[in-house]
Amino acid sequence: MKKSRIFTMVSSLGIMVLAVVLISGDHNDGPSVSGTTSDIADFYAFQAPDPNNLVLVMNTQGLIPPGAPTDQASFDEDVLMEFNIDVDNDLKEDLLIQAIKRGDSMHFFGPFSTTESSLISTIKTDIKHSVKISTYEEVYVEEANGMKFFAGPREDPFFFDKARFDSYMAGSAASGFNNPGTDSYEGTNVLSIVVELPKALLGTPATNVNPFAPGTPTYNMWVETKRKIQ
Amino acid sequence: MKNIKVLSFIPLISFALLFVQCQDDDDNGNAIYQDMCNDGVKNGDETGIDCGGSCEPCAEEELFAGRYKQEDQMGRAGVNLLFNKPGLRDSLNLVVPHKMKSQFKDVFRDRLMTLDTSYTTNILGLDADQMAEMFSQDVLWVAQNGETSYNGTQVLTGRALGEDVMDANLLWIFGGPDGTKNNEDPNLISDGVPENDAPFLDTFPYLAPPF
Repeated sequence: MKKSRIFTMVSSLGIMVLAVVLISGDHNDGPSVSGTTSDIADFYAFQAPDPNNLVLVMNTQGLIPPGAPTDQASFDEDVLMEFNIDVDNDLKEDLLIQAIKRGDSMHFFGPFSTTESSLISTIKTDIKHSVKISTYEEVYVEEANGMKFFAGPREDPFFFDKARFDSYMAGSAASGFNNPGTDSYEGTNVLSIVVELPKALLGTPATNVNPFAPGTPTYNMWVETKRKIQ
Repeated sequence: MKNIKVLSFIPLISFALLFVQCQDDDDNGNAIYQDMCNDGVKNGDETGIDCGGSCEPCAEEELFAGRYKQEDQMGRAGVNLLFNKPGLRDSLNLVVPHKMKSQFKDVFRDRLMTLDTSYTTNILGLDADQMAEMFSQDVLWVAQNGETSYNGTQVLTGRALGEDVMDANLLWIFGGPDGTKNNEDPNLISDGVPENDAPFLDTFPYLAPPF
């Protein structure tokens, strides 16, 4: 067997082990979804520098090695990504933003009202904004109706000594974490979609949602990935 | 026939061809095209029913048609890893938030009591039952106005880039009522990784460029 082939096998094995070990944030959190194109790595939601806007970030397909060419880290045309927004605190989505790749672009839909709350989705094409998918070299941003859109590879903003936590859970690190620890996600990338939008598009949410800030109107938000079935 | 004679015919034939005209009925290819693009099924190189490929481009609805079934979900960071039983991690990804509490609250409470067998309350003032209830409904609370942070001045009002959310989770699980429990031998309340390995951008899309 040639050395290069052995090297390929060893590095593939290494990547598989890495993928299995590094569950966190939400990276590889379920065995079924781990290492697939629908695997969510993380979700962020925060006020933009313009306080009238919110920023929503969904990261997928974590642990992409440095400099990986786009064909090794690409969005899947069969995977629909959704930002769910519950306004009235019944834990059912009232507003949806959907995103899916077609060709060289990411197409965003919404935010639009929804009454569905299920594991099955169809795409609602009424409100559409598209942005060319960024690469390692080129960054594309689309702006429309006060919203901004991005899709492409980004540095993984998550950090955690996942390896040490696993060792502790396995009973082989009785003293717990080290200081300093080792960031298991150092030097790796994710595929991100980012939306900035005016809060006015989401309406005013319920109060008494967050017991630590009961008077603050608060949305419940979460992200989902769904794969085409027919 | 000698080669020289054949060669002499070539200019003659070529000249004659100049007067041959195309007829209108040379649409054999189009006949196939019309059949395929009007037969009510997705065939050939079509990307939708009778559209795409060598047919007319698909309408928007066709391009995005279909049904999509859930494979993963996430609200807060680290929930499946920290609070769920390893054998149930796929299951949590396939439950909608309004059904999570009934299925996972007890599982999460048991897990919390396994992680810290002497858990009473934490620095947020939450007992095991309240912790299990909050985290088993895996959504991120996001304030409409003002601060949006996981563990800043206004707790659980969002999640900004760069926040040490895992240290916050560890503190709430292992830190006890005043946040000092399990801070040494074992140290379970901070992983010793306080920040991201790349600076964020001040402007959209905010995340750092890839390595």
